[in-house]
Amino acid sequence: MFPLVIFLLLHRDKQPLFMTAEARKFSLKHLIPLLFCLFSLQLAAQDEHASHAASQATDSTAAAHTSDAHAADSHSAAFDPGKMIVDHITDTHDWHLWGHTHVPLPVILYTPSGFECFSSGVFKNHETHASQAHTGKHHTYVLEDEKILVLGVNGEVDPTLSASIIDVSITKNVLTIFIVSAIMLLVFLSVARAYTRKPGQAPKGLQSFMEPLIIFVRDDIAKPSIGPKYEKFMPYLLTVFFFIWIANLLGLVPVIPGGANMTGNIAVTFSLAVLTFIITTVNGNGHYWRHILAMPGVPVWALVLLSPIEVLGMFLRPFVLMIRLFANISAGHIIALAFFSLIFIFGDGGKSVGGGLGVGVASWLFTTFMMCLELLIAFLQAYVFTLLSAIYFGSAVEDHHHEAHASHS
Amino acid sequence: MKLVTPDIGLIIWMSLTFLTVLFLLSKFAWKPILKMIREREKSIEDALGAAEQAKVEMKKLYAGNEQLLREAMNERDQILKIARETKEQIVAEARQKAAEEAERIVASARETIRHEKMAAVIDLKNQVASLSLEVAEKLVRQQLSSDDKQKELAAKLVADAKLN
Repeated sequence: MFPLVIFLLLHRDKQPLFMTAEARKFSLKHLIPLLFCLFSLQLAAQDEHASHAASQATDSTAAAHTSDAHAADSHSAAFDPGKMIVDHITDTHDWHLWGHTHVPLPVILYTPSGFECFSSGVFKNHETHASQAHTGKHHTYVLEDEKILVLGVNGEVDPTLSASIIDVSITKNVLTIFIVSAIMLLVFLSVARAYTRKPGQAPKGLQSFMEPLIIFVRDDIAKPSIGPKYEKFMPYLLTVFFFIWIANLLGLVPVIPGGANMTGNIAVTFSLAVLTFIITTVNGNGHYWRHILAMPGVPVWALVLLSPIEVLGMFLRPFVLMIRLFANISAGHIIALAFFSLIFIFGDGGKSVGGGLGVGVASWLFTTFMMCLELLIAFLQAYVFTLLSAIYFGSAVEDHHHEAHASHS
Repeated sequence: MKLVTPDIGLIIWMSLTFLTVLFLLSKFAWKPILKMIREREKSIEDALGAAEQAKVEMKKLYAGNEQLLREAMNERDQILKIARETKEQIVAEARQKAAEEAERIVASARETIRHEKMAAVIDLKNQVASLSLEVAEKLVRQQLSSDDKQKELAAKLVADAKLN
């Protein structure tokens, strides 16, 4: 049901009551969530199938009591695409490379009795690769489903203690945020240096690659959406645009330092959307607030209905911003992973090489196609997030011109 | 549900890092980059404007030259025309003067001729008169050689006088 909810949410913002015509241009943005929903539904169905098959397999092996332990092993460890996909698109405390090889990342915990810092490698036994508890300075911790929980004295998980700690670990996504930030600082500080070193000259190299994009953000996003006061918002729009774009592209790279589903993480998109919301609200002028609280030219009885909707819309717009980016990027990762899962499903755990190979070729071709689409989406989502932020800023600083509204409504 | 539950740690790191990047880039990248782009755009615009201006001025200058040339040509034509006219006038005047002179000469010649003729006529008259007188004297002398004849004449003269 979750994808359908997302789809509906994404379509809610089609007309957030007073949005300019520019926002209506994106028919593609409606297509992608739809795609996401379709694939997710399919995936859920498959998931069910696979778990069914797995349980049947284990049942039958358990019933038959075969002496072949290896066969039983491979059956009980049946490939679970749903779990694999979710594991890949959620945040982790270590960076998975291959097989049992992980790069442990630092765990930082805030506990009521003080900070705690250790490597996430301690949660894994090096010989058996089984998970284990770790006793730190203040408590004993376990890593369960990528969530750090506190064990009580009786050896059981203590829910109250677990709720009291705040996990501020350098997770895979945090590291990716650092990598993206480092790339941005490196690239744009050097571009800025190139500008100051030879002012007034034609751009060269990296500078000439970035300049059209910067001008694109300025002339095609900021200027038409915000109007004459656009300059104040340029730093945020540029940073957000390049941050999302670079992060999206990095997410498409399957090996370290890429592959993390950073912009497809709800916490990341939440932070960005909150920033857009704060900037919009802080910059809102009288005109903006009057349109939210008491739309001019609307009878009082209608205001009773309209004002709460507008206030809700104020929060709904950044919410939708958050969901859209999260869903689109996660969808891309899910699709790629789903296609690769097909290879293992049809390969039937190595028993059907022909099936695996046949589907593998098809999956490979289709994933290649999807990757090309993802390249477009990486840019498109950065553009849409930036454009909608700019439109919200524009509505916040817009001056009086009622004739424009009159023509819209 | 793990997928749609925002993690507080990640929100903290994300906000912290993003704001730091935003601050650093705003101060050290976007500000100079946007400033430089704007300045360059302005200089390009100015250069284009100046080129346009130069073009217009060039056109004006060219038109001025044309005008000047046309004026010079006109002036030349004017001067030539005046010269021609003057020449014709001078020639005409000369011709007229010559004609007048010729006329005057002819007239004076005619006058002289007339004078000469008159003088000759007078001279002729005088000579005829003196010849006539001499003839008359000789005749009278012959007729009045006797007294009778003198008396006869006197009588005749008297008779004529009475008749008158």
